[in-house]
Amino acid sequence: MSALTLPPYAQALGIEIDHDEAGEPVLRVDYSNRVAGRPGFLHGGAMSGLMEMAGFAALQAELDRRGETMRLKPVNIQVEFMRGGTEQLTFAKGTVTRAGRRVALVNAEAWQDDRAKPIALAQIKVLLIPAE
Amino acid sequence: MSDKPPSILPPGTRFDPSLAARMMTRHGHGGWLGIRYQDHGEDWVELALPWREDLVGIDGKGVLASGPIISLMDNATSMSVWTKSGNFVPHATLDLRVDYMRAATPGQTVIGRGECYKLTRTISFIRGIAHDGDPADPVAHVIGTFMATHGPYL
Repeated sequence: MSALTLPPYAQALGIEIDHDEAGEPVLRVDYSNRVAGRPGFLHGGAMSGLMEMAGFAALQAELDRRGETMRLKPVNIQVEFMRGGTEQLTFAKGTVTRAGRRVALVNAEAWQDDRAKPIALAQIKVLLIPAE
Repeated sequence: MSDKPPSILPPGTRFDPSLAARMMTRHGHGGWLGIRYQDHGEDWVELALPWREDLVGIDGKGVLASGPIISLMDNATSMSVWTKSGNFVPHATLDLRVDYMRAATPGQTVIGRGECYKLTRTISFIRGIAHDGDPADPVAHVIGTFMATHGPYL
């Protein structure tokens, strides 16, 4: 995955790159039946999937800047759901907290119409495997 | 909040995940992913997520993305709460942690088994595993909590 191509899952779900913010891509997904959970609300799993993609994209962008080619392998993710996502556009952005040589810690957040009121936070740990 | 849990179920009946899953897996995100009912017990529910090419993740080699696995486990654990409580109590996921043991085998259906191991008035505690054939060799472990939003569980 390069910083600008999203994997099949992200594309199928309708996730797109909205814009770049200081080297970190902001992803977006439109509200549709594909991301709908309980009536009127965004599914928590879709929200998590979006944040995970934003986290991987931010990490990939950082590795690209360093000129390193790594395979990313998710170790775990912790998601905190803070508000119900409603039927509207959702954004997510990852922030690389620490990327060493073998493991990286990335935070991600998702928001809708008010960026100051995130709907969910995620902390993602990723194993970095040098590509042959 | 009222003292009695609200119920949309007919009087004297308990929440039945095999019936509910037919509706819940037909629409929305779960329906799009192709999640279907597999099995259930007193406090657990198993759902299945068939492999599909357009659900492949960053690995690019046919391995399912981790997002669909989170969704599978969110749904299975959520239904395990209603199964244990016997009632369809509206709730919201508070948090979910997923540990990925290994990549799911390309082409294999992933089974998500969610269990509610503790129910209080307002919070339910859940855990579960995802596997692709052998429960002793899981793809992922999850743990998390839900909160009843429109009246208590018990």
